[in-house]
Amino acid sequence: MLDFFFGHYAYWFVIILLCIGAYGILFKKNLIKKTIGLAILQISVVLYFVSIASKWDATVTVMDPDIPLDQVANYLNPLPHTLMLTAIVVGVATLGVAFTLLIAIYNRYETLDEEELIDKIQ
Amino acid sequence: MIESHLPAYIALTFVLFSVLIPAFGLWRSELSHPIAVLGGGIAAGFSLFGFIDVINDGSIRYFFGGWEPPVGIEFVYDGLSAFFVLVINVVAFFVLIHSHHISKREFPGKEMPYYSLAMLMMLGFNGMIMTGDLFNLYVFLEIASLAGYALIAIGDRPAPYAAFRYLIIGTAGGTLYLLGVGFMYTVTGTLNIIDMAAMLPMLYESNAVFAALILMIVGIGVKAALFPMHGWLPDSYTYASSSSTALIAPIGTKVAAYILFRIILWLFGIEITDAVAPISYFVGVLACIGILYGSIMAIAQSEMKRMLAYSSISQIGYIIMGLSLANPWGFAGALLHVLNHAIMKACLFMISGQLRLKEGHSDISRFDDGYRKKYPWTMAYFTIAAISMIGLPPLAGFFSKWYLALGTIDNSNWLFLAVILISSLLNAVYFFRVLEKVYMMDPSKGQKEPTDAKRDEASASMLWPTGILAVSLIVIGFANAVIVGVLLDIFPM
Amino acid sequence: MDLSLVPLLAVLVSLIAVVPILLSSTKPNLREFWTILAAAIKFGLVLLLLPGALEGESVELHLVDLAPGLPLALKADPLGVFFAVIASGLWIFTSFYSIGYVRGAGEHKQTRYFASFAVCLSATIGIAFSANLLTFILFYEMLTVATYPLVIHNEKKEAVDAGRKYLAFTLTAGLLLVAASAMVYHYTGTIDFTPGGVFDGVELPHTAMLVLFIMFLGAVGVKAGIMPIHGWLPAAMAAPTPVSALLHAVAVVKSGVFAVLRVVGYVFGTDVMGDYNLNDILIILAGTTIILASLIAFNQDNLKRRLAYSTVGHLSYIVLGIALLTPIGMTGGIMHIAAHATMKITLFFCAGAIYVNLHRTEISNLNGIAKVMPWTMGSFAIGSMGLAGIPPINGFFSKWNLALGSLEGDMIIPVIVLVVSGLLNVGYFFPILYRAYFKPGEGLKKYGEASPLMVVPIVITAALSVLFGLFPNLFFNFFDLAVDISSTLFNNGSP
Repeated sequence: MLDFFFGHYAYWFVIILLCIGAYGILFKKNLIKKTIGLAILQISVVLYFVSIASKWDATVTVMDPDIPLDQVANYLNPLPHTLMLTAIVVGVATLGVAFTLLIAIYNRYETLDEEELIDKIQ
Repeated sequence: MIESHLPAYIALTFVLFSVLIPAFGLWRSELSHPIAVLGGGIAAGFSLFGFIDVINDGSIRYFFGGWEPPVGIEFVYDGLSAFFVLVINVVAFFVLIHSHHISKREFPGKEMPYYSLAMLMMLGFNGMIMTGDLFNLYVFLEIASLAGYALIAIGDRPAPYAAFRYLIIGTAGGTLYLLGVGFMYTVTGTLNIIDMAAMLPMLYESNAVFAALILMIVGIGVKAALFPMHGWLPDSYTYASSSSTALIAPIGTKVAAYILFRIILWLFGIEITDAVAPISYFVGVLACIGILYGSIMAIAQSEMKRMLAYSSISQIGYIIMGLSLANPWGFAGALLHVLNHAIMKACLFMISGQLRLKEGHSDISRFDDGYRKKYPWTMAYFTIAAISMIGLPPLAGFFSKWYLALGTIDNSNWLFLAVILISSLLNAVYFFRVLEKVYMMDPSKGQKEPTDAKRDEASASMLWPTGILAVSLIVIGFANAVIVGVLLDIFPM
Repeated sequence: MDLSLVPLLAVLVSLIAVVPILLSSTKPNLREFWTILAAAIKFGLVLLLLPGALEGESVELHLVDLAPGLPLALKADPLGVFFAVIASGLWIFTSFYSIGYVRGAGEHKQTRYFASFAVCLSATIGIAFSANLLTFILFYEMLTVATYPLVIHNEKKEAVDAGRKYLAFTLTAGLLLVAASAMVYHYTGTIDFTPGGVFDGVELPHTAMLVLFIMFLGAVGVKAGIMPIHGWLPAAMAAPTPVSALLHAVAVVKSGVFAVLRVVGYVFGTDVMGDYNLNDILIILAGTTIILASLIAFNQDNLKRRLAYSTVGHLSYIVLGIALLTPIGMTGGIMHIAAHATMKITLFFCAGAIYVNLHRTEISNLNGIAKVMPWTMGSFAIGSMGLAGIPPINGFFSKWNLALGSLEGDMIIPVIVLVVSGLLNVGYFFPILYRAYFKPGEGLKKYGEASPLMVVPIVITAALSVLFGLFPNLFFNFFDLAVDISSTLFNNGSP
């Protein structure tokens, strides 16, 4: 049982991050905090991808003369990591758009509190 | 040789024009619209050509850089993707033509960024549809979404807030989808849809596959506004500028629905989807609730754009219900409804935009019978689209419901059949309410004489696109047997 | 001579006429010319089909496929021709009458009125000639939509409410029809109208068949005014009188009973109806409707509403005749389609003439009007006596067959229902005649007979009622046609 917990501790970490992110998105009233929650959510998934590709005693995917090609298990799988480069870029772009929108909202309503904002819209 | 490169050409057209528009737009802002229309037209032409080609000669797999999967990324241009690409590009082309005056009026001076973003969004949608790679799909999804958030933020005063809400929930959905992709990658080691589908039968009843499926459906369900993940849609569609809504509403949710088709019927297949729990039935039930909820909420609205937005939630329910039936009739009905609904909703949202342009509002309670005289053609097109939405023959909307009904009966699913029937009645309630306002005096307001009004019809660049779309509903109604024949061939089982 | 295009042309002619009608909206005379022309051509085209129908032949025409394997198909079989002759023939009279009516009453939006009317007639003929359920649905819904502008024509509160009620009933019915047809297609693989039914060789559980039949009944029963789903019909009397006359006494409601006949005879088939005891439901509903509607008619002071309830009752005569499942009963039912049409249209025409001429709608105000409107009230007398079943008017003839039919089926109760309802008919029509002829009227001095455009059609339809009563085979051989039709339904397709 304990093995199950400790053997997968990286995943538990991801799950906790995911929950924190989801909590921020769902329950925080401040729009900036919501955005932070979103960022945490995205990062948790990025970390998941990073973790599935990492292993002990393996090296990066550059041909090393000491490790012949028939021992591919000693190389990392590079694909998830490269995917995450893209995902991080997407995440940053999303945050950029989110903050742009927040600036537009603040300019129009002078608040970023969700409840006040809804009052002002109606 | 052009055929084998077609998928790339369609995507590249949008890339090219999203750059061309700023290039020319900075020089002459008024050039943005014609260039965008040109881009949309070229893409629509390619998609028409490609669709015919795929129907005649079978599907095209386009490997980028010549790298074959699983190493490279491919575009899969088969019957389903060709059909969706055709629908969205043709509808977008008409909406782009139509947006000329509205964009000048609703966001003067910002035409250049608007059209450039529109091209980027179309790139994202086309990429989502054509790509054969699950991660690539995520990237295109985010391209389309980011452009979409920006397009929605252009609009009324509360538009940025609506866009922000959409951004939060949409990105969260996208992230869940990405997590699902991660699960699938860990168990199969590939991201290519065709490769993965070949491996999945070995993973029958795997928990990881099940979890991935749920995550993907939830994530994409947000984008498709599947009940109960529809919360972002009404505000976004209402507050966004009329031309943005007309562009996004008919297309955005359809593309998400396409991904659900691809995932459930192609990637997983209905047997693996239902291996652990009857997922397809749950999805169908959610769709049904969405259909009824959307229709009832639409009745309660007096703002036309909001009414149409709720109606979209209801209509996307039809499509997903047809998918959940997973039989040929349901499938054909759902796809036919994709086509019909894209046309009807584009037409209706374009008309609401015209009314806003002319009257300054689109509040149904302030409509009067003068509209009939002021905008005879607009109102005639509205009537056609509305009757098609209600589902009366011989208009197109009837036939998608007919096939969906056949699909429910094939599965002996009486609940879904009842939902289709009830929601048609609810549709009739909210559309005839508008028609009553427009075509009749209002006795409840004590009106005795018809409103006197002079003819003040919208300009040709708006009238023709709406007109062509409205008339095409009649044509599709009579030609649907041909279309459905093609669609039935696409069905994967 | 190749007649295969005739059914299509007959459907299309009034649809095409809509265009010139709309275009000549500023020239009333030209506009009405188009209406009359379309009516005449349509009637002529339908008559071309009559000789073939009398021989028991059908003219079939397959147009495009509406769905894979389900064509938009027209088939002018004897029953369809029978119905089409009645509807298109009476349209001619109604057109003349309409002109007099809308001009006399100074109605607004006359162009919309005539255009919608033309579409309605196209839909009715389409219903008559539909070869399968899908085509039928198409025209059935088209009729619903095209009638709506006519129901709400005067755009007063009452009319708007009536319009909503009408849509609520008919659209629900349309959806039930769609669902029921889809189920038939699923079970049998065909939705073509076939004499003797499509369930040949298909075994269904009793409940499934019952549910299917009730769905069909809900679908077609609304337009046929079967209680308890008749509510729209009295409400729809808010429409102008020519609309009530042609549509709510002939075209729309007769499309309903025509649909009952199609469903009973051509979808389920008489054998299946009998085997599953489905006709019992129909007999009970129709019998109840006949009695109840007649009783309610007593209480109506508004002339048109009284006529409306009378219509509800008489439609159920036809349904009863169909439900008896005997050849003679069926013949009586089919004959009553024609008989009731000529008589009821006369009565509605009279009600409209009284309204336009004297601006009176309530029965209690009709004292002494026979003195100023002798022709109108004379025709009214003929029509109402016919509906009460007094010979030699054609209502008697069809009722006689209905009674014979129920005796043939060893059923006594329908006969009692027929007799009682005949008495009730007398009961609610004769007070009107009594007031008009024998009570002294007030304030009638300045009035005379209504305009000839209205009186002439009235007199002609009344005369037709008498003529068809005396000679059922006059002009169109209606009786032979009805006998042929009912015989095909009982011998499993072979006449």
